[in-house]
Amino acid sequence: MLMKLARLSLWNRRGTVLMTWLSLTISIALLLGIDHLRTEAKSSFTSTVSGTDLIVGARSGQLNLLLYSVFRIGNATANISWPSYQRIIKHPQIDWAIPISLGDSHRGYRVMGTNTDYFSHYRYANSQPLVLAQGKPFEQVFDTVLGAEVAQKLGYKLGEQIELSHGVGAVSFSQHKDKPFTVVGILARTGTPVDQTVHVSLEAIEAIHLDWQQGAPMPGRQLSSEQTLAHDLTPKSITAFMVGLKSRMATFTLQRQINEFKNEPLTAILPGVALAELWQMLGMVENLLLLISLLVLLAALVGMITTLLASMKERQREMAILRAAGAHPWYLFVLIQLEVLLVTLLSMLSAAALLFISLYLLQDKLAADFGLFISLQIVQLTSLYWAGAILLLSAVLATIPGVLAYRKALADGLTIRL
Amino acid sequence: MTDKPKIPAIDLKQLQFYYQSGGWQLNLPGLTLHCGQHLFVRGVSGSGKTTLLNLLCGITRPVSGELYVNGQPLHQLSSSARDSLRAKHIGVVFQQLNLIPYLSVLDNTLLSSHFAGQNKTDSVNRAKTLLQRLGLQQDLWHKPATNLSVGQQQRVAIARALLPKPTLLIADEPTSALDSDNRDAFMRVMLAEADANGCTVIFVSHDQSLTQYFHYQLDMQQLATGVQPC
Repeated sequence: MLMKLARLSLWNRRGTVLMTWLSLTISIALLLGIDHLRTEAKSSFTSTVSGTDLIVGARSGQLNLLLYSVFRIGNATANISWPSYQRIIKHPQIDWAIPISLGDSHRGYRVMGTNTDYFSHYRYANSQPLVLAQGKPFEQVFDTVLGAEVAQKLGYKLGEQIELSHGVGAVSFSQHKDKPFTVVGILARTGTPVDQTVHVSLEAIEAIHLDWQQGAPMPGRQLSSEQTLAHDLTPKSITAFMVGLKSRMATFTLQRQINEFKNEPLTAILPGVALAELWQMLGMVENLLLLISLLVLLAALVGMITTLLASMKERQREMAILRAAGAHPWYLFVLIQLEVLLVTLLSMLSAAALLFISLYLLQDKLAADFGLFISLQIVQLTSLYWAGAILLLSAVLATIPGVLAYRKALADGLTIRL
Repeated sequence: MTDKPKIPAIDLKQLQFYYQSGGWQLNLPGLTLHCGQHLFVRGVSGSGKTTLLNLLCGITRPVSGELYVNGQPLHQLSSSARDSLRAKHIGVVFQQLNLIPYLSVLDNTLLSSHFAGQNKTDSVNRAKTLLQRLGLQQDLWHKPATNLSVGQQQRVAIARALLPKPTLLIADEPTSALDSDNRDAFMRVMLAEADANGCTVIFVSHDQSLTQYFHYQLDMQQLATGVQPC
């Protein structure tokens, strides 16, 4: 009967209840959404690279190096000469090294020049290796392996021909039109920036720039794909490289040695440390967002209590009837608590649905534009904590109209003051 | 007619009540009603009718004096004990707007047995019988209470008040919103049902013409003279 009373009483005031439900739904969805994005962004960030002990690039800040080498955000300030690279990787402690050469793009997706070591040594998340969903790693100079998202978004299949553009904008005015690439492999989805990368060999990067000088094609000196193959395609420089060590103990020693490298100024970073630092910077913003959404939730809850308080006046008759029929004031208190919890619970369910639908719709856009890979798994331990906290908060706030109903029931007795 | 003849339905001695703010006060030297005896309480507004009803219902506690309902010392019981006593032994009918608008006629009736903690199936069966006897046919039972005429609503209120088989039925001007035909019909059906249940009726009104239905009357302006036979 208590449940029926609460349910029907809410239905009776469905106009205001609907508005309360709406505002609560939006604010809870906002709160859960921001919290979800926060945890997802964090795990997305920290799982982008794993197993790599050092990342080496030209002298720059560690965040800049991390951003362009791992997240394909921003640009390198300078390159590393090929001889320097060759010298460093001869170090006895180095197990493997993956060279990276950046600077070109394909329809907004970054192109990364590397070698086949990339496919065997690169690790992400919990030391997961890259897996080819289709095809094989590149063998010929003008072969390319696409990240999962590039292939999916642009609808590329094995064997298709694509052209690269100079520079990293989505729209580029200088194209490497004369040297098309053949898609030979497509990687399985990783949930990292790898998905948005077009992989080619270092030789290919060298080949397409052979007839260029200072960032522009040299007029009258254009070479065809076949002609370039006759040249020496050993790269002159690379943008950065990733290093795996035989023993992790050597990490700091090697880092210091690279940072003090005589031939050219280099920076070696520990990806884990750099990721943590990056996260700390972003974390501030996330915390602020979380605080704002908490305040929005509080406002919505206070709004609900306000409407409840306003309705108490018109519900005095109802309360007096229940009292006369034998209800203890405590029963009225519980009734109001139950109504509040019902509305909150309903709002949480619809908020979860709203969040799920929005994420489902925004998932691809977030991945494409911001490199954020958000899972649809919104029911997690933290979201359950939030749900509990929201219910508790609403119950605490509901004591205000609850106590009011209780005290009014005692004071007014059976008189109905309309 | 009465299954508990020894214990008076209501018994009060030297009842006194006043508010802390002072001024007005209520003194009632004595009143004893046995089961099935009906009392008419007459008085203009402000004469303390509502206060008396609140005292009899156990909503408020007397400042001094003794008050027994069905043999239970209301003046000594805790507020929750008074609430459960009211749920089980006292039915209340208001002037108007007795029903919760969003509940059906049947659910409105069942409220009292719910608070009295009585068996649900038995209560539903009894409620249906009561409603039928009060002239409320089956087609009305599942309608929202607001669809009913005022006269019908008052009869639902009677059904609700009588459902837990109370010792006492307290009616606060239940006929004031009714026209004279409806009023007489209401009085007859209410008293007939009260008698059938062995229930004592305390009826508050300023309508002098209703005294004919009652055994005793009490004038709020002359409380010192006590209860007079009609």
